[in-house]
Amino acid sequence: MNETLVNQDELLKEFEEKIENEIKIEPRDWMPEEYRQHLIRQISQHAHSEVIGMQPEGNWISRAPSLRAKKILLAKIQDEGGHGLYLYSAAETLGVSRDQFIQWLHEGKAKYASVFNYPALNWADIGAIGWLVDGAAITNQVSLQRTSYGPYSRAMVRICKEESFHQRQGYEIMWKMMEGTKEQQQMAQDALNRWWWPALMMFGPHDSDSPHTSNAMKWKIKRESNDRLREKFINKTIPQAELIGLKVPDPALVKIGEDQYQHGDIDWTEFWEVIKGNGPCNQQRLEHHIKAHNNGSWVRECANEYHIKSNK
Amino acid sequence: MNSLVKYYLEIADSALILSHRLAENSSNGPFLEEDLACTNVALDLIGMAESIYNEAAKIQADGSTGDDLAYRRSEWEYYNNVLSEQPNTDFAHLMVRQFFLDTYHYYLLTELSKSKNSFLAAVATKSLKEVTYHLRRSSEWMIRFGNGTDESLKRATDAVNNLWRYTEELFKASEADLDLRDKGISADLELIKKEWDAKVNEVFYLSNLKRPENQFQLFGGKDGKHSEHFGYILSEMQYLTNKYPEAQW
Repeated sequence: MNETLVNQDELLKEFEEKIENEIKIEPRDWMPEEYRQHLIRQISQHAHSEVIGMQPEGNWISRAPSLRAKKILLAKIQDEGGHGLYLYSAAETLGVSRDQFIQWLHEGKAKYASVFNYPALNWADIGAIGWLVDGAAITNQVSLQRTSYGPYSRAMVRICKEESFHQRQGYEIMWKMMEGTKEQQQMAQDALNRWWWPALMMFGPHDSDSPHTSNAMKWKIKRESNDRLREKFINKTIPQAELIGLKVPDPALVKIGEDQYQHGDIDWTEFWEVIKGNGPCNQQRLEHHIKAHNNGSWVRECANEYHIKSNK
Repeated sequence: MNSLVKYYLEIADSALILSHRLAENSSNGPFLEEDLACTNVALDLIGMAESIYNEAAKIQADGSTGDDLAYRRSEWEYYNNVLSEQPNTDFAHLMVRQFFLDTYHYYLLTELSKSKNSFLAAVATKSLKEVTYHLRRSSEWMIRFGNGTDESLKRATDAVNNLWRYTEELFKASEADLDLRDKGISADLELIKKEWDAKVNEVFYLSNLKRPENQFQLFGGKDGKHSEHFGYILSEMQYLTNKYPEAQW
């Protein structure tokens, strides 16, 4: 009988061999509890970020200035919601329901990307969000396509295809505005000024200060470090800004090589304050989500009740 | 105004304004799938409106574009039905409004797909595929409301009672419409009314809903007379084009 008892050390060894050999971990595979908990936290946070991220962009749907712009913005927001759905589904394979994830979000136990706690104040913000926020997200997500957990990795492959469109569409808005009137150019520069630093903060603290990085790297959940990803983003984005005549709001920025830049100090006090809930829109974003969820409770009850009655 | 342009604007304005209301529901849906479904319908409608505006601009041949028609008219120059501009009071109001208009669009586009005007026939044929899905979805929601909980039935009943007064307008032909009817271009609204009635009766029967006792009706959209809500829709929609008239976006 002893032969059927599970040997934890053996299981861990098998798990680590799979990781070593780039074999994806699937939902029914044994995994260390810490690995599961890390994924639950990371994937649900990612899903919430997609969904909360619909709000700042949604703020401009009713004021989008052309039919084309409105269509693109609607489609983009829809994509973000769709990413939320893939990711909630990927997270649910770890044994937690979407309802539970949403409850944790409402209770403040689950986070979402802090960048969405900044306001979208002029139309160029829609460009800046696509170009910088989606641009930063994709830098991170490209490496997550190789993440060790199968459902997360496959979700990321689909998501990356759409995010690269968003990044280009956002840049197109900035480019058009920089070719436009003086006021449009001012709006574009103002948007860059406000979104640049929050976009850099999206990569998280410096590697030396990142509490979740070490095991995540060992288990190949995370494939590249925060600082390395931030560097890639900066090197890619600064030439794009310069090409259309935008000035990156960093007086300490220096060029250190061919398409290689070194940025000035990031305001980590602001970063931690926003994470703690003290950003310009933290309260507004969460309250909006809770309110919409509560307003919809009768609809969900109605659908459930009808489903039960129809299957009797 | 050219009858064809006026008729095009009646259809395109209604699609644009309904799409605008649906888009306002983004991040306000009862759950994520429904949130996305609303913006999806909004996208279909804005696509239909855009094609028709571009064609209307081409006929006018005065240098204006489809976007100019969508964004740069005054309140009384829009000819959408008043139902499409009614607010998203709750999900029942949103969906009852949608059901009434999906049913209307379904039969309107079915007729227009046979129009002697090849542009209208082509747009109608394309959009009909999308609207067929819209109607299926809103009909299913009506049936769920009516057979779900006491609250859902009550909310759907309130929405029907509040919105019914804007339905008859859908079937009152404008002069432009009548002018084009003789040429085999516009759709026969009397026929569409019969089909709309039959569909609404069928879905109401399945949903335990009743036609309101108060049959009072309001008209005006096709003559450019709107509800007070409409000015607020335009002031948001036209904010950037009004403030920066020279700018291209």
